[in-house]
Amino acid sequence: MTKQQVAKGKGLRLGVDVGGTFTDLLLLDEARGRAFTAKVPSTPSDSSKGVLNGIERICQSAGISPEQISQVMHGTTVATNTVLTTSGARVGLVTTKGYRDTLQIARSYVPGGLGGWVIWNKTPPLAPLEDTIEAEERVGAKGEVVVALNEAQIRAALEGLLASGIEALTIALFNSYANDAHERRIAEIAQEIAPHIPVSTSASVMPEMYEYERTETTVVNSYVRPVVSSYVANLQNELHARMGKDVLLQILRSDGGLSSAQAAMEHPVNLLMSGPAGGVAGALWIAKQAGFKNLLTFDMGGTSTDVALIEGGTPRTRRETRVGDVTVRAPSIDVRTVGAGGGSIAYVPELTKALRVGPQSAGADPGPAAYAKGGEAPTVTDANVVLGYLPADARLGGDMEISRDLAIKAVTAVAEPLGKTAEEAAEGIVAIVNENMCGALRLVSVEQGFDPRDFALIGFGGAGPLHVNALARLINAWPAIVPPGPGVLCAYGDATTRLRNEATQTYVTALSEITDAEAGKMLDGLREAAAADLTKEGVTAEELDVFYQVDIRYRGQGMKLTIDITPEEFAADGLAGVARRFDAEHEQLFTFALDAPHELVGLRTVVQGAEKSFINTEAEAGGTDASGAIVQPTQLYADGKWSDAQIYDRGKLRPENRIPGPAIVTEMDSTTLILPGHVGVIDAVGNILIWPEDHPKSHPKAQ
Amino acid sequence: MVAKIVETNATPFERVDVDPITLDIVENALRNARNEMDAVLFRTAMSPGIREQHDAFPLIANNEGKMVVGQFGSFLHGFINGYEGTIEDGDIFITNDPYSCNGAVSHLNDWLMMMPIFQEGRLVSWAAMFGHMTDVGGKVPGSLPTDAKMIYEEGMIVPPTKIFRRGALQEEILNLLLANTRMPEWNKSDFLAIIAALRLAERRVRENIGRFGIDTYISAMWDMLDRNKQAMGAIIRMIIPEGPQKSYFEDWIDDDGMGNGPYKIACTLHREGDVAHFDFTGCDPQSDSSINFLLNEDMFKMFFGAFTINLFDPHILFNDGFYDLVKVYIPEGCILKPKKPAALSCRTHLLGRIFDLMGGLLGQGAPDALNAAGFSDSPHFMYSGFNAEGEWYQLFQIGFGGVPGRPVGDGPDGHSMWPAFTNVPNEFLEAYFPLRIREYATIPDSGGAGKHRGGNGITIAYELMEQGQISLHDDRWLTYPWGVNGGEPGMRSTKRLVRTDGSEENLPSKCDRVQVNPGDMLYFNTWGGGGWGDPLERDPELVLLDLRRGLVSVDGARRYGVIIVNGAVDAAATQALRAEMATARGETALFDRGFADLDELKARCKAETGFAPPVAPVFRGARALAAE
Repeated sequence: MTKQQVAKGKGLRLGVDVGGTFTDLLLLDEARGRAFTAKVPSTPSDSSKGVLNGIERICQSAGISPEQISQVMHGTTVATNTVLTTSGARVGLVTTKGYRDTLQIARSYVPGGLGGWVIWNKTPPLAPLEDTIEAEERVGAKGEVVVALNEAQIRAALEGLLASGIEALTIALFNSYANDAHERRIAEIAQEIAPHIPVSTSASVMPEMYEYERTETTVVNSYVRPVVSSYVANLQNELHARMGKDVLLQILRSDGGLSSAQAAMEHPVNLLMSGPAGGVAGALWIAKQAGFKNLLTFDMGGTSTDVALIEGGTPRTRRETRVGDVTVRAPSIDVRTVGAGGGSIAYVPELTKALRVGPQSAGADPGPAAYAKGGEAPTVTDANVVLGYLPADARLGGDMEISRDLAIKAVTAVAEPLGKTAEEAAEGIVAIVNENMCGALRLVSVEQGFDPRDFALIGFGGAGPLHVNALARLINAWPAIVPPGPGVLCAYGDATTRLRNEATQTYVTALSEITDAEAGKMLDGLREAAAADLTKEGVTAEELDVFYQVDIRYRGQGMKLTIDITPEEFAADGLAGVARRFDAEHEQLFTFALDAPHELVGLRTVVQGAEKSFINTEAEAGGTDASGAIVQPTQLYADGKWSDAQIYDRGKLRPENRIPGPAIVTEMDSTTLILPGHVGVIDAVGNILIWPEDHPKSHPKAQ
Repeated sequence: MVAKIVETNATPFERVDVDPITLDIVENALRNARNEMDAVLFRTAMSPGIREQHDAFPLIANNEGKMVVGQFGSFLHGFINGYEGTIEDGDIFITNDPYSCNGAVSHLNDWLMMMPIFQEGRLVSWAAMFGHMTDVGGKVPGSLPTDAKMIYEEGMIVPPTKIFRRGALQEEILNLLLANTRMPEWNKSDFLAIIAALRLAERRVRENIGRFGIDTYISAMWDMLDRNKQAMGAIIRMIIPEGPQKSYFEDWIDDDGMGNGPYKIACTLHREGDVAHFDFTGCDPQSDSSINFLLNEDMFKMFFGAFTINLFDPHILFNDGFYDLVKVYIPEGCILKPKKPAALSCRTHLLGRIFDLMGGLLGQGAPDALNAAGFSDSPHFMYSGFNAEGEWYQLFQIGFGGVPGRPVGDGPDGHSMWPAFTNVPNEFLEAYFPLRIREYATIPDSGGAGKHRGGNGITIAYELMEQGQISLHDDRWLTYPWGVNGGEPGMRSTKRLVRTDGSEENLPSKCDRVQVNPGDMLYFNTWGGGGWGDPLERDPELVLLDLRRGLVSVDGARRYGVIIVNGAVDAAATQALRAEMATARGETALFDRGFADLDELKARCKAETGFAPPVAPVFRGARALAAE
């Protein structure tokens, strides 16, 4: 099979998402309209093992042989975890003379309020100062060479540095965004001296102004590169051995596009949000099938929650990625993470007697008290158990027992100082954690000028389906959607994403100083550069979907807005059209536009491969009556009182079924809560759509 | 005269019981709103001072003007009591006059905007924000003339004025303000950005009221104030010993830019029952130059609260609730309470030094929590002129230095001690100003030696590419940032100008309008933080690591009693040197200022700094009386 055939969707597609606890897989057989899922334990020491176990499992259950798989699409947290666990490479750094402390000084920012410096300890730079050398050279802001590169000096310094035990090298010179000739020359010299040490140059990783951000981004690239390269190379070899040399491995990038395995190995800094991007991509796929274009996504796990916004079928992206303490300038889906999840611990500080939840988490070990693995601190999960949302006789992920007694004991510890019952405190814990997540949803919606009432809210991840109803009520975003298999949604995303690449050029000038023709020519050049990678992956010119992005601001502003514009629109409206769109967006975001001159900051071309076709998973309608799926009656506590409720088996629910709240729906890896006064409706593709009972759209006919 | 608040709905608010959990939710919602205000401002403002360095501060207050979320405390009470006019729905007030808001803003560059928030005819909240404008007119670019003798030389004074009247922008007033600045475009954009942030706060407040009901919202704000009072009460009892014994501390700023100094600030602290008393009797009288700092008593309470709360529970919502638990006395006419029309523009040095003073004062009651003296200033570099094309350029930049050694660890090198402040990227400076930054690095050994090292200061080598003028405002060129618990003082600041003809001169710490030519080099060296704890107890391997990182030199390592030979610690020689140093120095003191008294310090001033020592300020008449 040729690459062109692969890209056109011949053969089977496999999506693989490696999470902290589970590795999820989804196999799509377009020709026969079938989809298979599998869930196997992750293998943190070498996650490719878990992937291979999963492949074996899913091939068995689908009754196919691995050679029939032509394409593997993979979302990975390898890069993220390398940063979070500080287990990356020892990175050497080359700076311009006078700038060796760029990372040490950073932006001089100290977090916290007034007096925050009293308690803040700075983490050392990822490229240690003792492994940083300076090059005698200097380029000016317009790209002019002010001091020629002293090759003898840098060669001697590199010989020492490259022999010192560093495992990766970053070259980040001052003003290299304007001219990177010296960076490239130093890279050549380094490769001559030590061909085995991977080199990242700052202008190739992030050709943008701001020396600290560019240096940091490139150092992070170097830092995760050996780990990511060996992981991807190893996985690729194993896949080749099982599926044949033609199998195509692609990695999901932070911005929701797919990257070739080779590009992923060279620029792994683009993978830092690969994991969460898979969830957003999965949500997008589900939403398209269900006919929703505007969507807030809500992925709640054990220790953290990721939220994002999809408008008109496109996720919002931003030009910055944050992981732990590390911020890099790499495009990513605008996913905001809050340190609140099922494992977040509730406590009452002595001084204020306030009830607080998180950011401390019980993690997987010891875990919530209810798991009876030695945890004693009250967690959000324990609160859910106390309230009956996680029934003690239901099973979690197969074989986890839940102890309601231990949960009550733990929650009582915070209820007492508040003078509350365990149920009241538990409802408070859930309300506060929901409020934290509501804050994150606001950041991606209201703060960006979007009204959450225009969006549906989709909840997934281990705990999302438990909280999504309450959260939808808080922000008034309806319906709340719980997709089928909410625990494997990321793998859906991996399997259904398009190839994507982009090329960027920083170009700071007054908008009046550049003609449409000049800008058009630059954008065209960027289009060629970006398309080259995709062509290599077998994407044909007809399939290529191209759009331009122009970074623009008012002269004097520090931020910039990114305006998307198609080549056709650009041809028709030119830069004046870009300026008009900018004024409109500025007004939407910030309530005012200015009559100040516009300034161009950068140009970018984004290219994407063909859109993937869908698998029709529609099942036969089953009428409104859901009583056939009832497992047993239960009780749950909501809005200050206990009510009778039913537990439903998700596997037995059929399209059109209506589940009156309060109710609980269980499936293998997840539990959905429908609150009193709400109703869950099963749509044609198996989503549970939760509406307020009296909502005009709660009847499918009315949609 | 108290302002008349025009409400069309006379229904009084009812204080209701707010469930503690609802309270937490309202609290989070307001915190989010405040963070959103910052986000909007920083993204849309134009001046590097606000946009890159974040010199701007928001707050949301309750219906009586008490700050519920924010940083510097509320000045609204003083405004409401002093404003002669009406406060109506849709009004937004602007002022920059320290003397008509009792120091809520402390120099004319800070434009303060205050917005009452009405809901259904009733005043329900306030939002306010101030930001540092790059230029507000006056005698020098940047509007910060060190040698100003009266406030009238420092720019246009705007008493509290309705800039929006019932929703309508008073464009003629705005035009008047903009006509009096050298950077009208920046000011206008910064102004609109602040208004956008206030409007956002207004929306959030109304949403919250919609969500929780007006009485719950109003009551929750009072509860948040009460909750803060309770928490701060506990902290005050913990860190300030009760009884008649008083702790006392004093510190100085080195000079007034006119050859006089140092000027002393002093404070006495004791606790009576639950109430902490700060008494600033003992400060020097006001100066003839613009280094005076009109310190608002409430703002000092806020400094005190913010500073201590970080030590205990940084998650406590910080607000005006605890004000009754702190009494502050500042004598009229002293350098912290100058009388109008004293000049105020360069108050930044005293504003910073207040934190050293407070740290030294509180630390005596709680030595475990004592930090050394750090980068207690926001030194300014200003550069302006007409470029070759005849266009005006004007830069105002804030510098950073060493955070002190602290109980929790070493002080970061070249960082900010002000919340949210960041430096200006040098690539940005080179792209937009006629500058080339040849070096931007930490200064080895500038952090004071200690078990926890003081952070190093920064050297910035500016190559000035156009004819123009520079102004410098800095301090700690004479007195040192002190060390504590055995730690040593940090290194002083210096400035050196190297001309293209090779001639060099040291520039004074404070100077205005120095003519420069293309190719001249300015080396702006900030000071380091003081050290914390006995340097002889610092792990020699950490000293070696600092050396390998270029943060400490071989000679500098000897301050720790560490001998490094051929890139390794000489353990035997280190042990011997440490024993010798320990004997020679005897007991370590709680504070190490680096000098015995001011006379001794001045005697070596010329030799060490190249400058004649400043002359002790002479106070005449009423000021002399105040000095006693």
